[in-house]
Amino acid sequence: MTVNPPAPTTEPAALTEVSLLRFATAGSVDDGKSTLVGRLLHDSKSVLADQLEAVERASASRGQETPDLALLTDGLRAEREQGITIDVAYRYFATPRRRFILADTPGHVQYTRNMVTGASTAELAVILVDARHGVVEQTRRHAAVAALLRVPHVVLAVNKMDLVDYAEDVFATIAAEFTKYAKALGVPAVTTIPISALEGDNVVTPSAVMDWYAGPTVLEHLETVQIDHDPRGRVTRFPVQYVIRPQTAEHRDYRGYAGKIASGIFHVGQPVTVLPSGRTSSIAAIDVLGESVDAAWAPQSVTIRLADDIDISRGDMIAPSEQAPDATQDIQATVCHLHDTALTPGARVLLKHTTRTVKAIVKQIPDRLTLDDLSHHPAPGSLEVNDIGRVVLRTSEPLPMDAYGDCRRTGSFLLIDPADGATLAAGMAGTAFAGADSEKRAELDDAEWDF
Amino acid sequence: MSQFEQAAAQDFQLPHLDVLESEAVHIFREVAGEFERPVILFSGGKDSIVMLHLALKAFAPAPPPFALLHVDTGHNFPEVLEYRDRVAAQHNLRLHVASVQDFIDRGELKERADGTRNPLQTVPLLRAIEEARYDAVFGGGRRDEEKARAKERIFSLRDEFGGWDPRRQRPELWQLYNGKHAVGEHVRVFPLSNFTELDVWQYIAREKIVLPEIYYAHRREVFLRSGMWLAPGEWGGAKQGERVETRTVRYRTVGDMSCTGAVDSDADTIEKVIAEIAATRLTERGATRADDKMSEAAMEDRKREGYF
Repeated sequence: MTVNPPAPTTEPAALTEVSLLRFATAGSVDDGKSTLVGRLLHDSKSVLADQLEAVERASASRGQETPDLALLTDGLRAEREQGITIDVAYRYFATPRRRFILADTPGHVQYTRNMVTGASTAELAVILVDARHGVVEQTRRHAAVAALLRVPHVVLAVNKMDLVDYAEDVFATIAAEFTKYAKALGVPAVTTIPISALEGDNVVTPSAVMDWYAGPTVLEHLETVQIDHDPRGRVTRFPVQYVIRPQTAEHRDYRGYAGKIASGIFHVGQPVTVLPSGRTSSIAAIDVLGESVDAAWAPQSVTIRLADDIDISRGDMIAPSEQAPDATQDIQATVCHLHDTALTPGARVLLKHTTRTVKAIVKQIPDRLTLDDLSHHPAPGSLEVNDIGRVVLRTSEPLPMDAYGDCRRTGSFLLIDPADGATLAAGMAGTAFAGADSEKRAELDDAEWDF
Repeated sequence: MSQFEQAAAQDFQLPHLDVLESEAVHIFREVAGEFERPVILFSGGKDSIVMLHLALKAFAPAPPPFALLHVDTGHNFPEVLEYRDRVAAQHNLRLHVASVQDFIDRGELKERADGTRNPLQTVPLLRAIEEARYDAVFGGGRRDEEKARAKERIFSLRDEFGGWDPRRQRPELWQLYNGKHAVGEHVRVFPLSNFTELDVWQYIAREKIVLPEIYYAHRREVFLRSGMWLAPGEWGGAKQGERVETRTVRYRTVGDMSCTGAVDSDADTIEKVIAEIAATRLTERGATRADDKMSEAAMEDRKREGYF
């Protein structure tokens, strides 16, 4: 026996109609990242009593006098035993204004690949520095990864302000140096916040001692930062995931192309081109999971029906005829190498781009990038785990690949080992850094940056 | 104002439930496109009910190209089993049941001293996967449930023994899921990874999804064991010194009756449940699941063995 839940008397609107923000944190070992994450979760009341008790119990059994908030986030046996964080973990918390998905990326083990993983879906990255040390190599590396992955917003949290007497000039110097660096890399928006994660200053509640700071707390910024979801003016792309053909009496002629809009807006009546075949038609109907609509936009999962019966299958892409992408078999990209097996010129791999997986050959590895100082190492011979470098690839079939700068979803791809299916590398097509043109570089003081 | 104008006025922001729904549907379709023999683990619990609802939406107006698999501990709530059978019939889906009791009867599994059967599910689950040669197995696991699950990938490769090695997981970037696997290996897929307990309840309310009635407050005979309100049933009941009483309770999770506790609650409607979840100071597993309290790494250890 089952019962229907009675219809809500009042819509829980305050709880449902909120937006979702995905963000990543980055910081090195002693910058206090665990403390910051712990405080965000704790002070936003996202840590529940039994979790806190478990942490208190575990801390006590280790002989620690105060609860170690890092135990909230270190989920694996090996992590707790060794006191290290092995892997990206995802955390969830909410305020009445927004829901948050936090990619908590460990700072010191296999660090580049973890931050790249966390940053790939992030709309904002929080980078921590220690106020006593300011911008260090690690900070530059974090900023470079955020820029490389085109994370739209970067927050620099200058932590441990309590250890520099909450001095405004210390913060101002660090903030200015970082902002200049990040802007040169092409990061569109930088926000700097002085905090003490340990004391709780400017994390969730405004600091009582840093009255010279008039900006938002970290949480307030996360709640209010404007993330641009406007699909107008962006490329419009629809990778076909699956063809829906019910073949029932009721839907005998139904043929719908299911997929998730990667970017832009589609509307009924729009003339479209299917890639790679180049055939054209127009959109007859759009269904958003059962509901017929006039228009749909990224990141909605929809089913599109076309006016003409043309041959389309998984792996094809539908785009407006007026801005259909070119398909190419020659791809230049920046990759982050993720696997212990090195990537070498001549390697035969699989390349997964949107819903299509094709064979590919690594034709060249022109250079490797050192993120610490953004210097280039020509012809490195191979890319090892955590290396970032430029590659030239030749694919067995043409792919409608956009520049990553134009569209994160249609400009990204994976390289996969055909022998065992391992994910080898994460790739981004086109120019590495938005701001890495010669003019902007010339503005930078540091002559060591050589790209 | 047209729907489009409304969206434009809000800078095309989608409410978080739409974003989560869209992401889950994308995952179902990826699996349908890339695997030969996928199956949905369906227990009649709220997460698997939401998962099935999403699968139905993802392929509408066609049926989802997946069968259902339930690992029946033999200690499940009768209301939930009835629900399971009715839903499978309603949507004309094939339902496979792997029975822990059968394994015990054949002597292939041994009853534990504590009477809990949840950990015993792994063997019948892996046998069912092997026999039917499932290559993708959908689970309703969420990353917010438990700290080992916070580390779980959406596409999680399992070796030929069904084992999970957290140190050898594939990095997962953007929305590019790598489902490549060798013969004998399979992939566990978690479309609800980014849902929280509250999201699940809000989604149930929005979509008006029918649940087994035990999720809503009702009068039930229960007794206290290890700080949890357990319901007597065919699995057993109160021992000497444990007093059975009738209380107004509901369930936050539904699993084996021997280790799933009820919570005191007057929440007999969906909006009252949502209000209760939003205000609670206990996680759903911390409140009501004995199997996770066995050790600090109970979930991780079971997952290594092939559990979900």
